[in-house]
Amino acid sequence: MRGPRLVVNLVLLVVAVLFVAPLLWLVTASFDTHGGLAAKVPGEATLGNFGQILNWQVGGRPLVNGLLISAGTAIIAVVAAVLAAYPLSRFQLRFRRPFLYTILFTTGLPVTAIMVPVYGLFVRLSLVDSLWGTTVFLAATALPMAIWMCKNFMDGIPVSLEEAAWVDGASSLQALRSIVLPLMAPGVAVVGIFTFITAWGNFFVPFVLLLDPDKMPASVGIFSFFGQNGLVAYGQLAAYSILYTAPVLALYLVVSRWLGGGFSMAGAVKA
Amino acid sequence: MRRSPRLGVWLPPLAPSIVLLGLFVAGPILWCFYAAFTNSALSGIAARRPKFVGLDNFTTAFTSPDVASSLWLTVVFVVLSAVVGQNGLGILLAVFLQHRGKLLRGIVGTVVVAAWVLPEVVAAFAIYAFLNAQGTLNEVLGWFGLSQNWLYTAPMLAVVLANIWRGTAFSMLVYQAALSEVPSDLVEAAQVDGAGPVRRFWHVVLPVIRRTVVTNLMLITLQTLGVFGLIYVLTAGGPDNKTRTLPLLMYEQAFKFGQIGYGTAIALVLLVLGAVFSLVYIRSLKAEV
Repeated sequence: MRGPRLVVNLVLLVVAVLFVAPLLWLVTASFDTHGGLAAKVPGEATLGNFGQILNWQVGGRPLVNGLLISAGTAIIAVVAAVLAAYPLSRFQLRFRRPFLYTILFTTGLPVTAIMVPVYGLFVRLSLVDSLWGTTVFLAATALPMAIWMCKNFMDGIPVSLEEAAWVDGASSLQALRSIVLPLMAPGVAVVGIFTFITAWGNFFVPFVLLLDPDKMPASVGIFSFFGQNGLVAYGQLAAYSILYTAPVLALYLVVSRWLGGGFSMAGAVKA
Repeated sequence: MRRSPRLGVWLPPLAPSIVLLGLFVAGPILWCFYAAFTNSALSGIAARRPKFVGLDNFTTAFTSPDVASSLWLTVVFVVLSAVVGQNGLGILLAVFLQHRGKLLRGIVGTVVVAAWVLPEVVAAFAIYAFLNAQGTLNEVLGWFGLSQNWLYTAPMLAVVLANIWRGTAFSMLVYQAALSEVPSDLVEAAQVDGAGPVRRFWHVVLPVIRRTVVTNLMLITLQTLGVFGLIYVLTAGGPDNKTRTLPLLMYEQAFKFGQIGYGTAIALVLLVLGAVFSLVYIRSLKAEV
């Protein structure tokens, strides 16, 4: 069985090399002030590229805008999802199954397909070019996944703990706040981080719904930078990309340490 | 579990979600069906008073060579990059990694997941630089005299490869989780009976994870149908509209040319295409059981 094993290992190594190759440029070019488009060990490694883009206009404001939008999206989605998950997890409701199936179906809906009517709606509501409008819309599109995950986390917490509270006359909201929430805090954090990462990377939604360059989050800001300067300043583009990616990487590492990788994909997909 | 509580108990906590989903998700989908039958536009008279135009948008859409070619490109993009590429490579990696050492698993897993964790625009930049005329790939291929500007000579292949690179991790993680739950005595029994690795996979493992395969195919197909940023940054639909999939055509018609009604009709075509793919997957599951 030596032969096949060697072949499999070789295939895996080739795949690893092919997957890492496009990433090399991001790293090498970002430290190279004369960086081109090919991955090359820089003659002298400097932080010059990072210095060039770390000003309010180019890097600062888009990153702050992205932070505001993504954090707002995560907060709104988590609050709404936890509230919605409670009756779905704890009560026997007649419409529970159809509602959950609709939610599950909606998680797969490509948001791209509804952006034209959403833009029409935003024109009617005078929400075009509003950071609030964009944030609330992103939260709405994140909700199906957030509700689904929250409900699954909540199902894992035994009801017996609350029954005592119910007998003592606590309302369901009181039981949710003082008993269920503390127990599922890690789950809530995962949902929040997941929503934040998705919103942080979203390009199309702010690209369509926002007009003022001063309001653009980093996903769009970096794209405009590419259009204006990318053809000359590849090193700066790579540095910008790394700055923009860093928070996502950090958050992903936190979550995968927590759950043992892949956002515990198994439970989410088996459904 | 509490039995059917009063309306005042279960409705308030659900209300925020229902309002948000109704206004921003269900509303726009329903509005699709209305707007696609009007001449709604971004500016001019049609913007203030859209007129009902019946099936005009659809007749235009289905007789226009633009939509026909975009529809075809979208199907090619989805089948090659998601169904064959991400799904096939994902399952291959999951199977190959199953009984490897920790080091190899760690290296391959990290590298593949890294491409997936990157934000869409950054992933597009990385692939843009990689495939560019002066990019890393050409530096290497130049040794063999094979360098060329891939984004011009083979744009569809370029975006397909980009999407495989970016999306394979999802399928790999899904299949790794599924494989770990395949009962090992089943596989061992087949091995004792003399089945080779390929037959073991085909006749024992695949039937067990069938549902996961279908669910995964459905999810990645719908995700890939909506891909916009990756293609927009890489090729902007060009050269010569060779990579203008339905989302890019929709963006162009609705926001560049201001024809909201027509853009919505294209969006509806996209939604219907997603529904058709989903139906095929669900039917295949039923037929097999």
